[in-house]
Amino acid sequence: MIVFLLKRLGGTLVVMLAVTAIAFVMFNYLGDPVVAILGQDASESARRAVEQQLGLDRPITVRFLSYLADVLRGDFGLSYRLGQPVMDVIVDRLPATIELAFSGMGIALLIGVPCGVYSAIQRNSAGTRVLLGASLVGISVPTFFVGVVLIWVFSVTLGVLPSFGRGQTVDLGWWTTGFLTPSGLAALVLPATSIAVFQIAMIMRLVRAEMLEVIRSDYVQFARARGLPESRIYFRHALKNTLIPVITIIALQLGSLIAFAVITESVFQWPGLGLLFLQSVAAADVTIMSAYLILIAGLFVVINLAVDLLYFAIDPRLRARAGR
Amino acid sequence: MSDPGHTPDTSPAAKSTAATGPGRILLALRSSPLVRSLRKDMVASAAFGVLLLLLVAAAVPDLFAPYQVFDLTQIRLMDAFRPPFWLEGGSIEFPFGTDDQGRDILSAIIYGLRVSVTVGLGGVALAVVIGVTIGLVAGYVGGIVDSILMRIADVQLTFPAILIAVMIDGVSRAILDNAAREDAAVVVLIIAIGLSGWVEYARAVRGATMVERRRDYVASAQLSRVRTSGILFNHILPNVLTAVLVIGTIHLGVAILIEATLSFVGLGIPPTQPSLGTLIRVGNNYILSGEWWIAIMPGLALLVLVLAINLLGDFLRDALNPRLK
Repeated sequence: MIVFLLKRLGGTLVVMLAVTAIAFVMFNYLGDPVVAILGQDASESARRAVEQQLGLDRPITVRFLSYLADVLRGDFGLSYRLGQPVMDVIVDRLPATIELAFSGMGIALLIGVPCGVYSAIQRNSAGTRVLLGASLVGISVPTFFVGVVLIWVFSVTLGVLPSFGRGQTVDLGWWTTGFLTPSGLAALVLPATSIAVFQIAMIMRLVRAEMLEVIRSDYVQFARARGLPESRIYFRHALKNTLIPVITIIALQLGSLIAFAVITESVFQWPGLGLLFLQSVAAADVTIMSAYLILIAGLFVVINLAVDLLYFAIDPRLRARAGR
Repeated sequence: MSDPGHTPDTSPAAKSTAATGPGRILLALRSSPLVRSLRKDMVASAAFGVLLLLLVAAAVPDLFAPYQVFDLTQIRLMDAFRPPFWLEGGSIEFPFGTDDQGRDILSAIIYGLRVSVTVGLGGVALAVVIGVTIGLVAGYVGGIVDSILMRIADVQLTFPAILIAVMIDGVSRAILDNAAREDAAVVVLIIAIGLSGWVEYARAVRGATMVERRRDYVASAQLSRVRTSGILFNHILPNVLTAVLVIGTIHLGVAILIEATLSFVGLGIPPTQPSLGTLIRVGNNYILSGEWWIAIMPGLALLVLVLAINLLGDFLRDALNPRLK
């Protein structure tokens, strides 16, 4: 167990170091920070002064180590575009993205899991065929187009839901939430739905595939032979074993959902991390780009690690293998 | 995706195409089990037909598009904001309506299709070349080379492809100035898609190569002193192509979506030579004022294109996977 944990942690550290190195290279060699701060026609002495102030005159290894130390303290430097500390900007935008991603995942689970179970149990029914067709459309339709269509239908044609922004938010000191006001909730509906469409289709297909696999297995056949009622077989025996891989996938999807929020936030002008990232890419603001890279990598790595541990806790076979 | 890496290819179709010339390929295709099962599958045949039509239209847009939409002399502002033909004020002259400058949406879609398909195919081709090479080398050489290459793949897999593509695009913006980047937009997107998508191929090909490596035909090639590159590309490669074909089809759908998404958020193809994503981006400005068709019609075209590709991908995966039979 300890060995397994240490190995995983080691791998995680390597990944994070690699990503930080890439971010460092981007941070240092893309664009000219001195020009970005002073403008094109600054005097040579002014350039020197800024270079010295930023520490650009030191050897590369020293700069990487000090960058690493800064990153560990949560200091990603100043944004070229906004002139504010990157960390402040990110902390400011984070709640909007988290709320959007979690709402989207909530919707996706509420719809995706039941649809998946139904389409596995009723393998050949007409309803299943409709669901499977719909799920293929859900996977084929680009997220941004879902957003455009939702705005067209619900904001423009019906005029019932807002098409941009976050509505009124409540400041809790360290977190601003849109969950507590009617306009905040209304503003959440369309973005959360459009981010959920792909996930619904994805979760449904995964749950179905897992469930079909489990239904075919010996112990389910055996339960059937024992004459247990169908509902008991499906929900007590089959679904339970289906849920383990599904939980993994959902955890992994949550990370990509936060990344995918980039697109949805752009469609709905949702003031979150994703919109910030896109604006930074368009303006070639490398400080924010590299900070975002490191943060997203950190998020994914933590989720991956948590999933591995979860597997370890759930699956006795893994424990046995590692114990040997 | 069900793991194609563990399905060593034994289908006669792939074997014969690898070994024969173009004329005999056609013959082999007609009697191949793949084509026979395609004929039996109505949905897949329809998807194949639609895709073929779209690809041909993308290849020779001049034959299909009623208007030369990007010819500035043909712009007629009188015809601006015409709705599609089934709405009041629309005419069959412009079946899907016109945009703010009086350009025919259908023609714009057909030319946009060309850009989207070019970028998609280019990106997939690049990803195939990188991924297959890395997969063959990693699977055949093994050892430390394998560990390093697969570690890199793991790191990359932690990020969604779309984010990597956005990053690469951002890097291109920091390196190139604006005008140069606009000119190179197609190339930048192909590189972004190729570099963000090679991992799946590498993993599948590596798995298949590790199986093939122990076969007798590889041993006999080694004994007759065929060069390693010869063994990899002439002997092993044809036998892992099935997996590449399945992944490639599904990846093409993803690649086209990545291109459209980047173009939609303004990081992809510029409006001077728009792709479907660019058209939707431009049309999105008119959604709020009610001219919905400028964005929705290109979006539907994109949806049909990707849906057809995905249907075909699903069919190929099932048809080529012996475990499901």
